[in-house]
Amino acid sequence: MIEIQNISKTFGSLQVLNGVNLSLLKGQCIALIGPNGCGKTTLIKSILGMVVPSQGDILFQGTSILKQFAYRRHIGYMPQIGRYPENMNIGQVVEMIRNIRKDDTNLDLELLEEFKLQTLYGKRMSTLSGGTTQKVSATLAFLFNPDVLILDEPTAGLDPLAAEILKEKIIREKQKGKLILITSHLLSELDDLITQLIFMQDGQVIFHKDMDTLRADSGEEKISKAIANILKQQAK
Amino acid sequence: MTYIFTYRFIPFSSQGMGFGCEAKLLLLFLLLPYLGIGKTIRVGQGQQFVKIKPALAASHSGDTVVVEKGTYSEGNIVIDKAITFLGHNLPVLDGHRKFEVVSIKSDSVTIRGFRIQHSSYATLDDPGGVKVYESNHITIADNYLYDNFFGIYIQYGKHCLIQNNKIVAFGKEEQQIGNGIHCWKSDSLQIIGNNVSGHRDGIYFEFVTHSVIWRNVSYSNIRYGLHFMFSNDDAYFTNLFRNNGAGVAVMFTKNVVMMNNTFEQNWGDAAYGLLLKEISDAYIQGNRFSQNTSGIYMEGTNRILVEKNSFEANGWGMKIQASCMDNTIQNNNFTGNTFDISTNGTLVLNTFNNNYWDKYEGYDLNKDNLGDVPYHPLSLFSVIVEQNPPAMLLYRSIMVMLLDKSEKILPSLTPENFIDHQPLMHALKL
Amino acid sequence: MSRIIKFIFIDILKNRIVLLYTLLLAGFAWSAFSLEDNSTKGLLTLLNLILLTVPLVSILFSTIYIYNSAEFIELLLSQPIQRKAIWVSLFLGLSLSLVVGFVVGAGIPILVYAPSDVGLMMLAIGCIITVVFVAIAFLSAILSRDKAKGIGISIMLWLYFAILFDGLVLFLTFQFSDYPIEKAMIGISALSPIDISRILILLHLDVSAMMGYTGAVFKDFFGTSLGFALSFFILLLWIAIPFLVSLRRFKHKDL
Repeated sequence: MIEIQNISKTFGSLQVLNGVNLSLLKGQCIALIGPNGCGKTTLIKSILGMVVPSQGDILFQGTSILKQFAYRRHIGYMPQIGRYPENMNIGQVVEMIRNIRKDDTNLDLELLEEFKLQTLYGKRMSTLSGGTTQKVSATLAFLFNPDVLILDEPTAGLDPLAAEILKEKIIREKQKGKLILITSHLLSELDDLITQLIFMQDGQVIFHKDMDTLRADSGEEKISKAIANILKQQAK
Repeated sequence: MTYIFTYRFIPFSSQGMGFGCEAKLLLLFLLLPYLGIGKTIRVGQGQQFVKIKPALAASHSGDTVVVEKGTYSEGNIVIDKAITFLGHNLPVLDGHRKFEVVSIKSDSVTIRGFRIQHSSYATLDDPGGVKVYESNHITIADNYLYDNFFGIYIQYGKHCLIQNNKIVAFGKEEQQIGNGIHCWKSDSLQIIGNNVSGHRDGIYFEFVTHSVIWRNVSYSNIRYGLHFMFSNDDAYFTNLFRNNGAGVAVMFTKNVVMMNNTFEQNWGDAAYGLLLKEISDAYIQGNRFSQNTSGIYMEGTNRILVEKNSFEANGWGMKIQASCMDNTIQNNNFTGNTFDISTNGTLVLNTFNNNYWDKYEGYDLNKDNLGDVPYHPLSLFSVIVEQNPPAMLLYRSIMVMLLDKSEKILPSLTPENFIDHQPLMHALKL
Repeated sequence: MSRIIKFIFIDILKNRIVLLYTLLLAGFAWSAFSLEDNSTKGLLTLLNLILLTVPLVSILFSTIYIYNSAEFIELLLSQPIQRKAIWVSLFLGLSLSLVVGFVVGAGIPILVYAPSDVGLMMLAIGCIITVVFVAIAFLSAILSRDKAKGIGISIMLWLYFAILFDGLVLFLTFQFSDYPIEKAMIGISALSPIDISRILILLHLDVSAMMGYTGAVFKDFFGTSLGFALSFFILLLWIAIPFLVSLRRFKHKDL
């Protein structure tokens, strides 16, 4: 569904992505992990068109996304730190996005209800806690029932209850056969969600494996241990 | 005096004279040359004469020739006898652009009530609608001079009266049109209540002395509304000069009195309300200078007194060139001018006293209506523009305002003694 | 796109700064006209306002607003919206609200006191100058990621156009006073939107006669309908070029 072809990106002299090749398919739930500053967020932003790659191309359903925008209709994005116009309240933000998207037919209001955001509609964005802001971001990502969900550190800052609601939601969407891309550094959280794992370091993909293969290769059940194992093997 | 009587006696002469008393005998004696032969000759369709020239030929000094309504194209009409030449119902004398229309070559002629049009346009001999050749006691009144090269031309005339004429021409270029009222080497003229437009100069004086110009309107002339050259001891009062190339030019002249005139809308490149050049001992009082590029422009001007005038909304209120000395400018109002004063020099030999400047920002603690802080009427920007006219492009820019403000606080470039020590706090009622 | 413009427009109008700006303009304009004894003088006072305050407020407010909209832009960018549409909407929303502020604040008194050609031209030029400096703000905001630096660039640009440029012109007129520079000056004046606006208005207030030959040359150029159209075209270029450059950069900007 998403084909990443030899993407490189430099910010000034800093090489953030270096020849990344990935193929992401429908129905996969992919964890994108790696140490801080390894290029995860830049990769995600490249897919979203927010960062323009210096080299390479990204195909979405077979067509290049460079200078395109309509494909984003099929992507729900939840940023790591959601930043919203400060003097708008939650209701206005939701309304505005709905207004701009125009397609109000197939709305997914599950998270809106589960997070009980309607009761907070009048609150200004600048007064919200980090967790509530994340709830808004998550709600917006799922709102239009997109085929692809890109979630950047989705559970960071959420209270355990909300994190659980979100996880269940992700599982439900996964079962609908959507492509879900999650970055996270809290590996244990992802154990029961993911089918694929991409490990990045210094702007490069170290490996991209199926979970089952990964477990088999490393002989470990836990993701963290499996990764550590694989890295050790590669180091040899 | 006699020329007036020539006219007055027309009705009496036709009725016969009834003087009996002794006192009037002397008067009668004085007027004898005219009375004895004073008869009236009529010209027009169905009159004694159909044409003017035969009538003139048949007339004698002291006669009155009355011309009835109609158009008379008889070339150059020469009046060489002391007659009264009257138009009745505005007859037209037409020169068809080939002839000077009326030439006066005798003393004591009166011409009144004609429409005189289309004089020749030759530039060599300066043809006029009415031209006076070396004659005295001429009256030219109540005529309508239309589209002539010169309107009224007085050459070596004395004691002439030019009154209530309307003089219109349609000049486009200076070289192709003469002046409305042109006076040369004359003396004791009275030019009163005329209305002149479309000529080169509305009124032109060269070597004219002891004359007065009063209540004329001179507008839309190509060059000057009124022009003095080498004409001493004259005065002009209560005239209106509007929208001329420049209002009034007084050049190479002494002792001219200029009072209660209005100079307005003389607006354009190098236009002035009043241009003073090489003149001395003049008195300028009670005039209004409004919306001229320069209200007064003076150069080589000495010992003149400028007082109680109003300078309103001019580009420059006064432009005083460095060649001016010993002039006094006092009790004038300067309001709404872009620049009140400008000069091209640093030496200041003129005096400013008790003027009202609307740009003055000082205070008056003792309430005597005199500002306690001297006023420097010369702005830095006006000095800059004087040196470098294209800098005017920056007029009203923020930078210029900053420059002017800083110069006001710390004068460094403008002449220090260019100063009104006691400016008025309130405008004079002029 | 119109929906985004609407959101921005309403968001800015809710902002107290634009309201304050409008009130300030209104207070200044009404007092200028009622204190001066004729409308021409009032217009001249307003001219200073248009040449000084309007550019400053337009460029500063716009720059700050663009930086503060970073989140908003990011939010929109994850939606299926063209980058161009976002930037253009932001530009139009800002321009529209500041123009409305100007027209309500200064335009109404102009129309009441001086509904003449000059008054209308002043109004038009005020609106154009507003948009010009919004466009310049877009350029300076895109030149730097850092908000403080961007605002610094904006203030420098304003200072340059409002004051320093004129100093440069004055310097040039003195340096080249022996040469026929009048025609070149027309070209130079086109290099500053504030200058070209000021000269346009001055010529309509008929100050040209005071400029002697320069005035005649300028009148010959700006007085004709072609020159008039051309100078408005140049002003429009002052909107188009900075904005289009910023748009180009924005299209490739990483967020």
